[in-house]
Amino acid sequence: MKIAVCIKRVPDMESRFRISADGKVVEEAGLKFDMSDFDGYAVEVALQITEKLGQGEVVVVSLGPDAVQEALRKALSMGAARAIHLKADRAPVDGFAVARALAAELKSGGYDLIMFGKHAMDTMSGVVGPMTAELLGLPNVSAVSKLDVVQGRATARRELEGAAEIVEFPLPAVVSIDEGIARPRYPSLKGIMAAKKKPLESKPAQLEAPRLEVTKTELPPDRQGGRIIGEGAAAVPELVRLLQTEAKVL
Amino acid sequence: MTKVLAFAETRAGELRKVALETVTAARTLADKNGGEVHALIMGASGIASKAPQLGQHGADVVLVVEHPALANHSAEVAAATVAGRAREGGYTALVFSASAQGKDLAPRVAAKLGVPMAADVFSFELTSSGIVAKHPGYASKVVQTLTLTAQPAILSLRPGAFPPVANGKAGRVEAVAPAMDPATARVVVKEIVQGRTGKPDLGEAPVIVSGGRGLKAAENFRLVEELAEAFGNAAVGCTRAVADDGWRPQSDQIGQTGRTVSPALYVAVGISGAIQHLAGMRTAKTIVAINRDKEAPIFKIADYGIVGDALEIVPALTAAVREAKKGH
Ligand SMILES: Cc1cc2nc3c(=O)[nH]c(=O)nc-3n(C[C@H](O)[C@H](O)[C@H](O)COP(=O)(O)OP(=O)(O)OC[C@H]3O[C@@H](n4cnc5c(N)ncnc54)[C@H](O)[C@@H]3O)c2cc1C
Ligand SMILES: Nc1ncnc2c1ncn2[C@@H]1O[C@H](COP(=O)(O)O)[C@@H](O)[C@H]1O
Repeated sequence: MKIAVCIKRVPDMESRFRISADGKVVEEAGLKFDMSDFDGYAVEVALQITEKLGQGEVVVVSLGPDAVQEALRKALSMGAARAIHLKADRAPVDGFAVARALAAELKSGGYDLIMFGKHAMDTMSGVVGPMTAELLGLPNVSAVSKLDVVQGRATARRELEGAAEIVEFPLPAVVSIDEGIARPRYPSLKGIMAAKKKPLESKPAQLEAPRLEVTKTELPPDRQGGRIIGEGAAAVPELVRLLQTEAKVL
Repeated sequence: MTKVLAFAETRAGELRKVALETVTAARTLADKNGGEVHALIMGASGIASKAPQLGQHGADVVLVVEHPALANHSAEVAAATVAGRAREGGYTALVFSASAQGKDLAPRVAAKLGVPMAADVFSFELTSSGIVAKHPGYASKVVQTLTLTAQPAILSLRPGAFPPVANGKAGRVEAVAPAMDPATARVVVKEIVQGRTGKPDLGEAPVIVSGGRGLKAAENFRLVEELAEAFGNAAVGCTRAVADDGWRPQSDQIGQTGRTVSPALYVAVGISGAIQHLAGMRTAKTIVAINRDKEAPIFKIADYGIVGDALEIVPALTAAVREAKKGH
């Protein structure tokens, strides 16, 4: 069982973001970075599958500047076997350009399963996984909250609005991982030591000119919150009055 | 001429509200630029009966894909069929909903056509440099304006952001064959597990009552459900802490790693207001917070806060809302 997990390095979302002087992007200087949330879940699921089967290899892939190697090392310290860094000055916002570069790398890797996060925390798009599946001509299942792999086939639960789908599909396949499936383990000290010796291959990403660009990034206006109208059940009539007359939602 | 193709989503043979939203959004774009809207709907035999509703919401042409094996949505068949139509059609834009179905379908169509896409868009327009769309980024802490220069521009639209408008015209119906045999689809839906039926979905409900660990026990969510019922059109949400404890299903979780919602009213009960929770609900129009701790961060973004014990305040609020509703 050979599994590839595509991981993106993103800023810590608890940060206070600032916008660059040209108004186009989030200023990255001074931010802390980590593996994107859902990508961490995907690494965990991949490790659990190979542990359960008692065989297999997890390969992690990330496209971006040299700094993404930190995220790759973290995945290695969690238990992935090796890492591939697709080098680029900055990961483009054009998810199709990213998918093309990932597909070019993954195509000849002989992977049984290729895993993605439901969406990256910065782009919040969730397009790279399904696009990569199409480019590779593989079955795709997104928003997976449960996954079982048995002898060349997989069963997954997919979250819908107010319902869920149980789907079956043959491997090789592409899946995107949702919340609820597995929290990423913390790397052990032994894992961190072992990761230093694991192979990490770096090569240029095959990126085309992006056809989707961010032309502006803004911080939404701050909410004017902070109005405490009272204490305990005694404040309920005033709340109802405000909901009726001021907010007009009742 | 601007031609726009809208994918009209169905589930179990019924149109979903988001289908009318995508058609409405397509109509708005077409009207501003002098153009035509095509809506594509797929399903088992009989799905054509939904075509008039799409016409009423602005489709000039309704492309109907009927096949006995399409009772369940098949993303593979839909992607192949929509992409096939798009290759012939000369469309300026293809619009989908950023629903579970649309989020999965739109990027596949985009990849088949070899073009990028913008996801979870809440406003867009056609300019001389292409389609310009706004969407959230960075755990919903920023708004990004994206410019798509490739044609067609592919967009998935945030549910609820484009309220359906009916204009009363009937669309012309055209039958379209599925671009592949549904029997050859590799991903097969074995079962649909229904959630609580008859309750509005979190993405569609105008009111959300959401509970956190401050409710103390799973049983106390009954109070939250009763308040939701009193509003009449409310859905129930929760925090990750509560979903992790198994008090509520994971699918009710709101936040950075859960659902993103923007209802007219969000009532946060016993929720501290962690940044990851705020990521999923900060764009609600009005926020009410009920929390015992007056320093809880949720109060910083709440329009109206009450400090105190939720177990005492929520039943009183439920009674008062029932009373207010009676007065209508
Ligand atoms: C990577 C990551 C992703 C995450 N994603 C999400 C997400 O998507 N959604 C999410 O919600 N969280 C998410 N979290 C978790 C988040 O950080 C918080 O831990 C969580 O939101 C807290 O839930 P809570 O408010 O129910 O609990 P708590 O923080 O424990 O707050 C309980 C509140 O109840 C109040 N309270 C106690 N008793 C009463 C009473 N009797 N009456 C009234 N109030 C009372 C307390 O004052 C307190 O403010 C994520 C965390 C991480 C690290
Ligand atoms: N630069 C990247 N390098 C590796 N994987 C990525 C990259 N960008 C996105 N991905 C993967 O694609 C998923 C969806 O990203 P997105 O479509 O941008 O929301 C992420 O959760 C990752 O698994």
